[in-house]
Amino acid sequence: MNKTLLWKLVIILAILVVFTLGIFGPPWNWSGHSALALVTDRIHLGLDLKGGTHLILQVQVNDAVNVDSDNSMARLKEDMRTHKINYVEISKPDPVGHPDMIVIKGVAPEQRSDLQTIVADRLPEYNVTSGAENSYIITMKTQSLADLKNRAVAQAIETIRNRIDSLGVNEPVIQEHGLGAYQILVQLPGVDDPARVKEIMQSTAMLEIKQSLGGPYSSQQQALQEHNGVLPPDAVLMQGRSIGRSDDTGEVWYLISRASAVTGSDLRTAESSRDENGQPAVRFVLTGEGGRKFYAFTSAHVGDNLAVVLDNRVQEVAVIRDAIRDNGVINGRFTEQQTRDLSMVLRSGALPASIKYLEERTVGPSLGADSIRSGVQAAVVGMAAVLVFMLIYYRGAGINADIALILNLIILLGFMGYFGAVLTLPGIAGVILTVGMGVDSNVLIFERIREELRNGKTPPSAVEQGFSHAWITIVDTHVTTIVSAAILFIFGTGPVRGFATTLVFGLAANLFTAVFVSRAIFDWILSRKQRGEALSI
Amino acid sequence: MELFRNTNIDFLGKKWYFLAFSLVFSLAGLFSMVFWHGIPLGVDFRGGTLVYVKYAHRPDPAGIHAELVRAGLKNARVQAYDKPEYNEVLIALDIQETSEQSLDKGKIQIIQALQSNAPAGKQDLNNASSLTIMDHLLKNDPLQAGADANQRYGVITQAIVGYRDKQKGGVLSSLDELKGTVDAAVVGSLQEGFFVSDFGVRNVEIVGPQVGKQLQKQAFLATAYSLAGMLIYLGFRFEWIYGVAAVLTVFHDTLITVGAFSLLNWEISLTVIAAILTLIGYSNNDTIVVFDRIRENIKLLRREPLADIVNKSINQTLSRTILTAGLTFLTVLALFLFGGEVLRGFSFALVIGILIGTYSSIAIAAPILVAYQDWRQDRGKRPVAIPARTATRQDGPKEKVKA
Repeated sequence: MNKTLLWKLVIILAILVVFTLGIFGPPWNWSGHSALALVTDRIHLGLDLKGGTHLILQVQVNDAVNVDSDNSMARLKEDMRTHKINYVEISKPDPVGHPDMIVIKGVAPEQRSDLQTIVADRLPEYNVTSGAENSYIITMKTQSLADLKNRAVAQAIETIRNRIDSLGVNEPVIQEHGLGAYQILVQLPGVDDPARVKEIMQSTAMLEIKQSLGGPYSSQQQALQEHNGVLPPDAVLMQGRSIGRSDDTGEVWYLISRASAVTGSDLRTAESSRDENGQPAVRFVLTGEGGRKFYAFTSAHVGDNLAVVLDNRVQEVAVIRDAIRDNGVINGRFTEQQTRDLSMVLRSGALPASIKYLEERTVGPSLGADSIRSGVQAAVVGMAAVLVFMLIYYRGAGINADIALILNLIILLGFMGYFGAVLTLPGIAGVILTVGMGVDSNVLIFERIREELRNGKTPPSAVEQGFSHAWITIVDTHVTTIVSAAILFIFGTGPVRGFATTLVFGLAANLFTAVFVSRAIFDWILSRKQRGEALSI
Repeated sequence: MELFRNTNIDFLGKKWYFLAFSLVFSLAGLFSMVFWHGIPLGVDFRGGTLVYVKYAHRPDPAGIHAELVRAGLKNARVQAYDKPEYNEVLIALDIQETSEQSLDKGKIQIIQALQSNAPAGKQDLNNASSLTIMDHLLKNDPLQAGADANQRYGVITQAIVGYRDKQKGGVLSSLDELKGTVDAAVVGSLQEGFFVSDFGVRNVEIVGPQVGKQLQKQAFLATAYSLAGMLIYLGFRFEWIYGVAAVLTVFHDTLITVGAFSLLNWEISLTVIAAILTLIGYSNNDTIVVFDRIRENIKLLRREPLADIVNKSINQTLSRTILTAGLTFLTVLALFLFGGEVLRGFSFALVIGILIGTYSSIAIAAPILVAYQDWRQDRGKRPVAIPARTATRQDGPKEKVKA
C-alpha cells in the first residue's frame, strides 16, 4: 500500500470516529444509557416528533407607543403650564393608526418658538411641525419609533422567557419571527395543552397600587351621579369584583386615582401565600426604592382607601391602617393555582404591550410516536432498497458505494449531533432523500468508469478519468440542490427547516464520501490487483 | 449488470411528441387551477382550524358532524383521516370560524361539542394535559405522599400520560385500564375527578388569517428566489441560455406538480412547498448532468451539428439518468408508502416531481438549447454551436474521443 493511500485511509477512519462521537457523544457519558437515549440526547427531536406546542404571537407594539406618547403628552402639558404657553386643546387624535401623534391646537403664533424649544429640550425623541390654524403636530422621530417598537419586542421576549422558564418547560424556543412584523415564535416541547401556558404568557401583569377615592358603585351612572356628573380630573372609574360577601359575584366600579403609589417595577419578589382568612393570596415585597415610595404614600394616607389594580382591574380595596413599608398582600378570591401563576408573572415583569396569538399548532405525543415509527420504517425500507440495488447492479463497486452511503449517513447524523440540529419528520424524509440523491454521485462516477473501460482504458486510468470527469458535474448538482435547501432554511420554520438542515448536511457530506472515500476504496482495490486484472463494476 | 449500453435513441426527433405530452399535462393542470379546483391551499396558507381526533371505536363522520352543528359549528367539515383502522377523523373549520381575537375558540368548541355526554363536574382524562392530572393528584393526595409529593406524583403523571399516549395511541377506553400501570388508590382518585370520553385530540393546527397571507408570500418568494438562484448559478457556470433552459424546465416541472395537486384537489401545505423547492434542485441536477456532457462534447466534436451532439450527450448520460431517477424514486416511493399520512402530500409531490423532473431534463431542457440555436441561425447569426465556457474546467489531459 503506498503512502498517500495510507494517509487517505487514516483520514477516513479519523472522520468516522469523530462523527460517530458526534452521534453518541463522548464515551465517558456512555455508561448506563441505551444507544437510542444517547442519540436523542444529542440530536434533538422536533415538536412534530416528540409532541408539543408551537405558537406564533404578535406584540401589539402600538400599545407601547401609546404609553410613551401618553407620558410625553402629560409631560408636555406640565411644561406648557410652567412656561405659560396657552393652548385650546391637546389630544391624540388617532391612537390606533398614529399612536405617536400628539396635536396641540390654538397656540398663539408668538409662542411658537417657545413650544419648539420645549419639545426639543424635553421630548428629544419627537419632532414638531406646524399645521393649520395655529395647531402643532408632534410625532415621534422615525428612528426613535422603530427603536421603541423593537425594544418592546425584545422586552416581550425576555418576559415571556422568564415566565416559561419558571413553568419548567424543557428546551423552549422563544425567538423573533418574520421580518419586522413584531412576531415571536414560541415552541414548547412536551406541552400538549397550551391553554394555561398561553394565558400565563399573555397576561400583561401590570400591577399598580393606587389610591381609591370612592366606591364601590353598582354602575358607572351611579358613580357619575354621586359626583354630580363630573369626575375629578385626576381620577378614573375602574371595574372590579365586589369585595365583601364571598357569594357576591357582581361587578362594581371604583373611582381610582390616576397616579400610582407603586407599580410592578417596584416589586422585588412575589409569592403565593394565604391571607389572614386562610384564603389563597399573593404576598409581595417591594424593592428599597419602592418601599420608600410606598411608605411615604401610606403614611400620608392613613385612613384612606388603597386599591390594588392588576391590568386595569381593581383586585382589592383596603383601608390603610398604618404606614406600610415594603410588603403587602393581593387577594381576590383566587384559587391556589391562580395565586401561583399570578405571583410568577409578577416576578417575571410586565409585558410592555399586549400580545395576540396568530398561529397555534399542537402535536400530541401519540402522533409524534407514530410519526417516528413510520418515518424510520420508510427510511429503512428506502435505504435497504438502494443498498441492495447498488450491490446487484455494480457488484464489487456496489460494496464501495454502500460503504460510502453508510459513511454519508454517519457524517450527516454526526453533524447534526455537533450542531444540536433538530430532527423533524420532514427531516427524516430529508435523510432518505439524501440517500437517494447521494447515490447519484456514485452512479455518475461508476457509469463514467464503465464508459471509459468500454473505450478500452485500463482499470486505473478508467477510475482516474471517471472521477475527474464526474467531479465537475457533482459539484454543479450539489450546489444547485444546496441553494434550494438554503433558501428553504431561510424561509421555513419548524418541520420545513428541519428538512432543509438534513438535506444540506447530507449533501455536503456526500461530496466527501462519494468522491474522496469512494476513490480511496478504488485505489485500495486497484493496489491489490495484478496489472490487467478486471475491475468488478 | 447493465441495463443501458450504447443506446442511440433520437430524442430530438421526438420533440413534438414530448411537446404534446408536456402541453397536455401542463394545460390540464392549468385548466384545473383556473376553472376547476383552483390551487387547493392547505390550512398553512388559507388559515383556519384543523383538529385531528382519534376515536376508541370506528368513528361516524355524519354523526360527528351532527354533533358539531348542534353546538353551532354549522360549517365544520368532518372527514375520515388516514387508514380506517386508525379510527381517526379530521375536523376542519374555515377561516371565518377562526377568529384572531381568540384563536383557539374553534378548537375548544369542537372538543366541548364532542364531549356532550360528559358527567357533570368531571374532566376528560383522554384530553387532559399532564398539568391537569398532576394538579388533581396533588390536591387529592391518594397516596398520602407527604414531603416528596411533587416528585412522586410527577412520576405517576408521566406514567399515566405515557401509557395513554404511547401504549393506547392517545385514547383510553376506561380508567380501569390504568390499573396495571399505577397504584389502585391513584386510579380510585382519578375516577372521582375524571371520566374518559371516546376520543382524544392528536393534533391541532390553527392558523390566523395574517399568518396565512404571510406564508403565501414567503412560499412564493422562496420559489422565486430559488429559481433566480439557479438562473444565476447556471448563467455563471455555463452560458445564460443554459440557465434560461434549466429554469424554463424547472418551471414546467413545478407547473405540472402543482397541477397534479389541483387535479386531485389535494391541499398544498408548507411541506409540499418544501418538496417543490427540493424538486427545483433535483430537476436541475438532472439537467446539469446532461448540459455538462453537452459542454464536454461540444469541445470534442466541433464540427458536428448541435442537434447530434445533444442527442449523443443524452444517450451517453441516459444510463445514469435512469438509474439515479430510479433510485431516488425508490426512496420517495418508500416515503409515500410507509411514511405515514402526515407526509403524504410531501412524498406525493416528490413522486410526481421526480418522474417529471427526469423526463423534462431529457425532453424539455436539451431541445430548448437546440431550438434557440436554430432560431439564431434563422436570424442569420453565425451558425456555430453555442460555446460553453471552459475556463473553470480542470479535468485530465485532453484526449481524442473514441466514438
